[in-house]
Amino acid sequence: MRRFVRSWLGLAATTASLALGAGQAFAQKEVVFGLQCDRTGPTAIVGTVLCPGYQDYIALINSKGGVEGHKIKVLEIDHEYKVPPAIEAHERFKKEGALLEGIYGTPQTAALNKKLEEDKILGTTPGFGTAAAADGKRYPYTFPVAASYWSQAGAAVAFVKERLGGNLKGKKIAYIFYDNPAGREPLVILEDIAKKEGFEMRTFAVPAPGLEMGAQVLDITARFKPDFIISHLFGRAPSVSIKELKGKGFPLSKVVGLVWASSEADIIAAGGMGVAEGYNTIQFAGVGKDFPVIKDIEAMYKAQGKQPPKEMDSTVLYNRGILIAALHVEALRNAIKAKGGATPNSEEVKKGMEAIKGLTLGGLVPPLELTPADHEGGGWVEIWTVKGGKLVRTKEWFQGYRDVIQKHLAAEASKS
Amino acid sequence: MFHRESGVFKTSYGADMALYPLPIAKGTVIALAVIFVLIVPAIVHEYYLSLLNLIFIAIVGALGLNILVGYTGQISIGHGAFMSVGAYTAANLAVKLDLPFWLTLPAGGLMAALIGVVVGMPSLRIKGLYLAIATLAGQLIIEWTINRVPAISGGAQASIEVGRPTLLGFAFDTQGKLYFFLLFFAVIAIVATLNLVRSRIGRAFVAVRDQDIAAEIIGINIYRYKLLAFAISSFYAGVCGVLYTYYFGIANYEQFQLIVSIDYLAMIIIGGLGSVLGSVLGAIFVTLLPIVIRILMENVGSLFFTASEMANVISGLRLGVFGALIIFFLIVEPEGLNRLWRNIRSYFRVWPFSY
Repeated sequence: MRRFVRSWLGLAATTASLALGAGQAFAQKEVVFGLQCDRTGPTAIVGTVLCPGYQDYIALINSKGGVEGHKIKVLEIDHEYKVPPAIEAHERFKKEGALLEGIYGTPQTAALNKKLEEDKILGTTPGFGTAAAADGKRYPYTFPVAASYWSQAGAAVAFVKERLGGNLKGKKIAYIFYDNPAGREPLVILEDIAKKEGFEMRTFAVPAPGLEMGAQVLDITARFKPDFIISHLFGRAPSVSIKELKGKGFPLSKVVGLVWASSEADIIAAGGMGVAEGYNTIQFAGVGKDFPVIKDIEAMYKAQGKQPPKEMDSTVLYNRGILIAALHVEALRNAIKAKGGATPNSEEVKKGMEAIKGLTLGGLVPPLELTPADHEGGGWVEIWTVKGGKLVRTKEWFQGYRDVIQKHLAAEASKS
Repeated sequence: MFHRESGVFKTSYGADMALYPLPIAKGTVIALAVIFVLIVPAIVHEYYLSLLNLIFIAIVGALGLNILVGYTGQISIGHGAFMSVGAYTAANLAVKLDLPFWLTLPAGGLMAALIGVVVGMPSLRIKGLYLAIATLAGQLIIEWTINRVPAISGGAQASIEVGRPTLLGFAFDTQGKLYFFLLFFAVIAIVATLNLVRSRIGRAFVAVRDQDIAAEIIGINIYRYKLLAFAISSFYAGVCGVLYTYYFGIANYEQFQLIVSIDYLAMIIIGGLGSVLGSVLGAIFVTLLPIVIRILMENVGSLFFTASEMANVISGLRLGVFGALIIFFLIVEPEGLNRLWRNIRSYFRVWPFSY
């Protein structure tokens, strides 16, 4: 009798839910992702584009039915690049049961490293934070996925070497950087490689806020006369550097900018794509709209009867948002699969993140491979160059001087 | 703080200066102590405790700045840097010499006080905006020094990781435990400030603020008291920096940049210059208001917008509402929240028979 009643109840429930429409046909499970963002602070130039990219990708995943039957709710908190609000954001994520969180900003990462570990929630710090965090044993819950500043510097020199005919002996390379911890971080790697390859490196610090660098650029172009310039600047500084170098007649094809000196916004602020012809940029996510996932997002907006957002045109940063979201989703998918469809907890999602491999999204995501020991995934980057009014891929995913970086990671690990 | 008689009945200086204006005030303090020590940590979710923790740290810093700006009438835009001095002193001592927090904390405060006196020296000759610029220079010099001297900053990242504070083998490692740690120091800071401002030193500060020439004529050594104000104020800032360091588990100079100095100035101006309760209210207001606005907007906004649209709207609108509320409160009561509270209280003192 009881079985009979239960089956009837089940049938009634199914009919009722079918009546409510396809969207609610199954009892959807919901998981929460936390995203810290800077849409209003000093680096709003990044946050206002990157965060919509993240949100759009998650919306796309949800519109396709979520991840293995799990809808994702994104809890975004704007911390204005301040540290106490980032702590608040983390605590809020914890309260709402977030399975993982995207962190934004180097000082925020520094302040949260320990909390992540204590609360067992993974945090991604793509393209910033401490390079040493690539060591998953030392920072078990911090994921500087894509490429740390060390990896970017190594790749930059590898690219320079290729451009200068495969030999750096006796060559001169200038390193112009924003004078803050993030700007100085690649120095150890560059110095080490300089010794190994036998080139002469000179450093030129630009003090904050980096809007005035006439003296440094003159010093570089008139006195040092380098064969190549590696530029590591933030905020408005990259556009100023492009303008100044152009003004002094230095060929921009002999300049390569690290990841935060490489967005369309930087180049446009310098006077447009035409001005920056030849400028090389390092990217940890694919650039442009020529990816299936971008087409899908456009189609999603069309289906809703809306125009795709204008942020999509700033493809460098928008695509980075997609990259972060895609990694988060993949970590969740791995975790759900490992648990046979049940909702995982944050520790299981961390294991899922450590199992990411072979995720490409049509070339938007680097061929990274995360493991419990390597939370960076290999430090892959691409080189994109300004050519004929847009960014063009000049070098596919590659790594530079992994041996040097591994050596320094080992040295850091032995310190603690 | 909360109680007043219906008129002024005091007949001696001693009664006027008493910490408890009325016997019932003791009861209030005991009640507050019971609420914050026993009840709040037992029933409140850890998330709200973490907000309280941020407020406790802010209270220490705001009190310190109020001693300098509100009570002594000197201005400082360098308090963010004084915090970093305390933070790095404590972090270096904790990591290199393995000292416990009850030694590093006063050491950080003392070092900040020392630097504060040096940065405060121009106050002997200049006032007002000029002094503001001089302390701004102090902020920039300290930032630059920490950034550039690896012996202080601990390397290229300019950050030093410290462990959780421990006392007799007990580690304060969760928000709930850190709550007691920070509450303790916030209470000490409040009580110390209350006592400071009713002492000879506090009255000397107020005399210097109101008219420094007159103060000198009645026998106050204004050089000494101005520098003392800088020292005490920077001591608070240094302790505040140490608390941040232990709370975050890291000392990082980017956590103490110019914007932090401005935030703390905003706290004491909104809360009320020259008032202990004002510092507390200002710290609560500036820390909590953006969060409250955001939570309200999340709840209301989800009725109208999708998640991604809302994220965009909230960030912009939140800043606007925050700014508008600051202007609103300052127009309603230019002397800050403390005065607003007093006005409300004096209205109800004779209620319903107001005249």
